[in-house]
Amino acid sequence: MSPLREGLRAYRLISAMWIRSLMAYRLSFAMTALGNFAVTAFDFVAILLMFSQVDRLGGYSLAEIAFLYGASCTAFGLADVALGSMDRLGRRVRDGTLDTLLVRPAPVLAQVAADRFGLHRVGRLAQGTLVLAYALVVLDIDWTPLKVLMVPLMLLCGAGIFAAVFVGGAAFQFVAQDAAEVQNAFTYGGTTLLQYPPTVFAKDLVRGVTFVLPLAFVNWLPALYVLGRPYPLDLPSWVAFTPPLVAAALLALAGVVWRAGLRSYRSTGS
Amino acid sequence: MLVRAGRFRLYAAVTEGSFRRYATYRMATAAGIFTNTVFGLILAYTYLALWDERPGLGGYDQSQALTYVWLGQALLTVMALMGGGFEGELIERIRTGDIAVDLYRPADLQLWWLAADVGRAAFQLIGRGIVPMVFGALVFDLTLPPDALGWLAFLVAAVLGVVVSYAIRYLVALSAFWLMDGAGVTQVAMLAGTFFSGMLLPLNVFPGALGEFARALPWSALLQMPADVFLGERSGTALLRTYAFQIGWAAALLTVGRLLQAVATRRVVVQGG
Repeated sequence: MSPLREGLRAYRLISAMWIRSLMAYRLSFAMTALGNFAVTAFDFVAILLMFSQVDRLGGYSLAEIAFLYGASCTAFGLADVALGSMDRLGRRVRDGTLDTLLVRPAPVLAQVAADRFGLHRVGRLAQGTLVLAYALVVLDIDWTPLKVLMVPLMLLCGAGIFAAVFVGGAAFQFVAQDAAEVQNAFTYGGTTLLQYPPTVFAKDLVRGVTFVLPLAFVNWLPALYVLGRPYPLDLPSWVAFTPPLVAAALLALAGVVWRAGLRSYRSTGS
Repeated sequence: MLVRAGRFRLYAAVTEGSFRRYATYRMATAAGIFTNTVFGLILAYTYLALWDERPGLGGYDQSQALTYVWLGQALLTVMALMGGGFEGELIERIRTGDIAVDLYRPADLQLWWLAADVGRAAFQLIGRGIVPMVFGALVFDLTLPPDALGWLAFLVAAVLGVVVSYAIRYLVALSAFWLMDGAGVTQVAMLAGTFFSGMLLPLNVFPGALGEFARALPWSALLQMPADVFLGERSGTALLRTYAFQIGWAAALLTVGRLLQAVATRRVVVQGG
């Protein structure tokens, strides 16, 4: 069996086990999923409150920002459901329980990713999808086949980019065991940043998330193509179609970083 | 008198121990500072866009609005707005029954945990509050208190905020006596904490009745009020009214906590047989 198929199989088996255990307490599951939904919904409520005072933010209307928000949240939600448990890695390195995963005959990445698989995270995903659906209904867009194609492509590639950030962040925790919050800055911070249009932020910050950590490819560039808005930094029009390449490159890089992190792992022995 | 002095020393030791305990997590503190700074930066730009569109919104000028952002990041963990204080530990002790041991100790449960939470808050203020604030002041034009008295007034409001925050979370933790699992209540408290404290958006930007409602709730004592004191929005009698509001909520919530604790303790004795 190829390593990839082996990994996916292990991931499927372990996550199915956690889902079964979650479903033993259905009410508790429903409550945490609802809570997850509510926590993220407040972010959008904050935007609604802002728009109770203004008509535009950074030159964008509420519907346009809802589109950016929905795309960012949905892409992040997909990655979060699949890999949201990765931030537990630091704790496992600290308390030595990572050793248990190392001796099992399954890829470590798949085991860590599926560890305590949190299906309740669909709450966040549902919230993002709802806002995206709202945006698509109220927006007045001149739909072309390319624009229609761009929406699902954007969500998938965005999820891929966030997935790479999750894996890269987890790899960083092999070195800095106690620094799960640094990962939050890039994951939660990243999705928060992308909820607002690039016109809101300083040029250097936009450059940073375009060329250094290319989060701009999650939603800004493809979404602005759909909205027919100018891109930040005067980028050429074809960049809206590069998210698949960026996602693939980032995922490959994350894989390399992960392997390097795993190789550098020294058990605490406890 | 001697007994009272001894008690004071005991709680002071608990506070100090708690401070030291949080101070040992150096890497986590550094990571937290980094995250607070990143979020501060993102929020600062969204606030700039908002105040660009509506100058003077909520009675703040642009500099005050930016200062509010960085105060929020500085006070986020101090006030445990998203949880993460003592309550998780207390809930666990209630769930496992270890609480029975605590109740036999010659110390007051509510005061003990208050002492511990004050130590935690003091560390968070120094460890995670100062650096993001300094970063914010270097990058943006912030409004700082003009004199030592202004800083002192803020510090008093912040301390009172910590007590109100503690009183709320103590109630959250005590609910575990009845629910056994504190997850749901903790999550609701976290939601209310971020929304009604003004962490997402200053409460004076909330429209109409929603704003008035939010400003009357205890959570406004955690961030909105200390921030307004910091920004020089409340001085003279307004400052005294602010303190009175904070003390009033602290007293009310601590009293409810005490009553619940008494009821819960009887319940434990019955359960334990």
